[in-house]
Amino acid sequence: DPQYVNFDPHNQIQNLPIGVKTRGCDGYPDEDSDESYNLSVSEGQAVLRSVTVWGALRGLESFSQLVYQDDYGSYFINKTEIVDFPRFAFRGLLLDTSRHYLPLHAILKTLDAMAYSKFNVFHWHIVDDPSFPYQSRTFPDLSNKGAFHPFTHVYTQSDVMRVIEHARMRGIRVVPEFDSPGHTLSWGKGQPNLLTPCYKGDVPSGSFGPVDPTVDTTYKFMESLLKEVKFVFPDSYVHLGGDEVSFACWQSNPNVRTFMEKMGFGKDFTKLESFYMESIMNMTAALNRTSIVWQDVFDYRERIPQDTVLEIWKGETYQAELSRMTQAGHRVLLSAPWYINHISYGQDWRNSYAVQPQNFSGTEEQKKLVIGGEVAMWGEYVDATNLNPRLWPRACAAAERLWSDEEKTLDADLAFPRLEKFRCELLRRGIQAEPLFVGHCKHEYDGL
Amino acid sequence: MYCLLKCAPLILAVAVCHGWLFGDFVGKQKELNEISLWPLPQKFQSSAVAFKLSPASFQIVHAKQSSAGPSCSILENAFRRYFEYVFGDLKKHEKSRKKVYDSDLVELQVWITSADPECNGYPSLQTDESYELSVDESSAVLKAANAWGALRGLETFSQLVYEDDYGANNINKTEISDFPRFAHRGILLDSSRHFLPLKVILANLEAMAMNKFNVFHWHIVDDQSFPYMSGTFPDLSQKGAYHPFTHVYTPSDVKMVIEFARMRGIRVIPEFDTPGHTRSWGNGIKDLLTPCYSGCSPSGTFGPVNPILNSSYDFMTEFFKEISTVFPDAYIHLGGDEVDFSCWKSNPDIQKFMVQQGFGTDYSKLESFYIQRLLDIVAATKKGYMVWQEVFDNGVKLKADTQIHVWKERPQYQDEMAKVTAAGFNALLSTPWYLNRISYGQDWVNVYKADPQNFTGTDAQKKLVIGGEACLWGEYVDATNLTPRLWPRASAVAERLWSDKSVTDVGNAYNRLAQHRCRMVKRGIPAEPLFVGHCRQEYMGL
Repeated sequence: DPQYVNFDPHNQIQNLPIGVKTRGCDGYPDEDSDESYNLSVSEGQAVLRSVTVWGALRGLESFSQLVYQDDYGSYFINKTEIVDFPRFAFRGLLLDTSRHYLPLHAILKTLDAMAYSKFNVFHWHIVDDPSFPYQSRTFPDLSNKGAFHPFTHVYTQSDVMRVIEHARMRGIRVVPEFDSPGHTLSWGKGQPNLLTPCYKGDVPSGSFGPVDPTVDTTYKFMESLLKEVKFVFPDSYVHLGGDEVSFACWQSNPNVRTFMEKMGFGKDFTKLESFYMESIMNMTAALNRTSIVWQDVFDYRERIPQDTVLEIWKGETYQAELSRMTQAGHRVLLSAPWYINHISYGQDWRNSYAVQPQNFSGTEEQKKLVIGGEVAMWGEYVDATNLNPRLWPRACAAAERLWSDEEKTLDADLAFPRLEKFRCELLRRGIQAEPLFVGHCKHEYDGL
Repeated sequence: MYCLLKCAPLILAVAVCHGWLFGDFVGKQKELNEISLWPLPQKFQSSAVAFKLSPASFQIVHAKQSSAGPSCSILENAFRRYFEYVFGDLKKHEKSRKKVYDSDLVELQVWITSADPECNGYPSLQTDESYELSVDESSAVLKAANAWGALRGLETFSQLVYEDDYGANNINKTEISDFPRFAHRGILLDSSRHFLPLKVILANLEAMAMNKFNVFHWHIVDDQSFPYMSGTFPDLSQKGAYHPFTHVYTPSDVKMVIEFARMRGIRVIPEFDTPGHTRSWGNGIKDLLTPCYSGCSPSGTFGPVNPILNSSYDFMTEFFKEISTVFPDAYIHLGGDEVDFSCWKSNPDIQKFMVQQGFGTDYSKLESFYIQRLLDIVAATKKGYMVWQEVFDNGVKLKADTQIHVWKERPQYQDEMAKVTAAGFNALLSTPWYLNRISYGQDWVNVYKADPQNFTGTDAQKKLVIGGEACLWGEYVDATNLTPRLWPRASAVAERLWSDKSVTDVGNAYNRLAQHRCRMVKRGIPAEPLFVGHCRQEYMGL
């Protein structure tokens, strides 16, 4: 039986005043934003203090998680003292809107759920081989010819603005990824001559490969596109991709081979790829944006701008990669162990939870270069029918690993009951989060 | 030849031909407009001659010669349901019923040929689900022996209609003669590990009908919770459900499921699994479960049903009397799987009983002792029973019409199927179709490849295979993720159980299933994607 508490005004929290130290409600969160907050709940009063509005958002989320109801439906909050700040500044979630188109409401819903778990970066892998849903103001044919459907399966400029603002309201940065030179098949539909024509012997085979790095038109195009990206997306970071470039098509093309000789690359196509990526990264730098690239770019070669952020995605050897990259002085993001599009039977959230992002051989300085990580939900097998249950609550494991103190959160068995309750809370808030194991929530999901 | 030529950038090009062709139509066939039937009918012939259907003038009607008429609610409901599937949300226009085009198809006549259309009955294992569908110039005719066959034919009819470039509904000249390869084509849902709200159960019955599944195996209670509200023993759910009001199935909920299923030609077979998997039963029925012992005193925990007390059997008698009246199907599933002997072994009363009965230390004899008495109790209610394979494997004496449900991975299911059928029993396969076991990638392919008659045996043995069931156990499944996890993977099982065994081409199946999946999405079922791509109409629900 619950203790019946007299409703004496001294025991009621009438309001939650929020004190924010610095101005900045109209700006965007960035890599330096201070997300710390203090929350104090005591007899008859509560107060939330933070340095920035972004910290206030984090504090409000925590406050909302402290409130509970008794069996009579009355709301309670216990006397509490919280001092909180994130362990890592970059806590991201990747959605892939090219392998399957995701309707706007699915993206907005994801941003809502991200805020509940204090994720603060939405990595929008917006285009790729199968489709180009981004409606470009400079190159409208990219989506006209490259989207699954030019009207129903696109993101208009106003859709994009909506996502950016919905995210900003939740303290979430939107980092777009325009992945090249590979993963660009759909770009070629609307931008002829952008992709390398593959050859069968002396004749073009009819199929296309990565972006053609040997012609000026490519770089003119990329520059215009990047200028537009800078204009549309306010975040100071942009993801340039650079992963999984297949060399076979380049190799087959006589013009490319000629170019290779001219440039003195011999038969080493990694040099050609580096040549391309360096140009793109330089363009990006000239536009005053910081590049994030997949680890392939680092693995293949040298000469990337020192402030380029590297993202690790290859699973087997990520600790070694962490050492190597941080030793070279680069900031790193870890994604490899958090590819939660990889589903399996059972409580696989525990695998995400067990990841230790700074557990690699390196100095303290090196460890500081790990700026965070990302949960990835690649879209080969995912669309609006199964996105939410696949993302939540499994992504929450990484959310805690990226925010909380590792020593206090090593035990998954201790985390389980908290996550179980949090999952029911997500349900209550309208997020279609799947169960962790057998059991029930007071209010089950009543949709389909 | 009526040829399907599909080219998608990331998928192998596949060319498949069925039947005969009149005229050149390759140009007209575009990716998204292709006819994709699922499951593939036994005999299907189509031509390029197309007829238009207009929601203003098209009707589904009872043929004059049909033994069924407006009093057949199964058909009346189905006519409305399939009209909505074909035409979307368009309600019948008040405008004229006259033909708009000369090429209009004005009606689908449904002709039930048997004297008894079975409209007021329930489907059974013996039900004839065959049908013939003929789509021609003036009218289309769907002929079936009874209403159940007509339901199957209506689903196929709705799959033949496609939209042309102008958005108009078309259907090609077609001849179909169809019947299921197996009579028992089921889906198992588990509402004990997680409570499943009625809405998700009904939506899945709807999806089952779209795939010609005809058995809903309702694994309604288990260790974790007892949501079934029993009239005879109200404490079972009062004390055993996750919550006695919000997480239960009332008698009227159960009636609703049974009737909703009946309207779609789906049998509802409940499973009340004993003696194991019964922890939640013990909350409401004192002394039903075996008290486990730690040394000489009870440990406080409980094990399987206590097989040495008469009260256990008195309870089962009353309980199954109720079940046999609540559930109209001729069969009940009695479970009998995974009985853990350790609790029995620890209990001194049971140890004494083992000695008295001369069972030695062989507890499977005790298990059989219980099952035997249970089977006799259930047989007295005039129901047939289905049991998991352990019951057969342990040598229990079974009635001739018992159906053995094969689910274990060891021994190999092919060997088990051979053993069960060699002993003269009907066999049902589930082993390769445990859809709760998810993995990354297109795992529907292995589901599709499994064949229940793929074992060494005589023709007579193969005939004893009555079909199979896709199982979606509930440890990690509830309403939030059930539907995308079940569909379209269960569709692969649907085709294996309905279509001819020669229908095995994975490439062709991929193309048809991808379309069928978009069709389910269009009809409001959040079936997940097979691979990269899109549907004209993406899922709007969230």
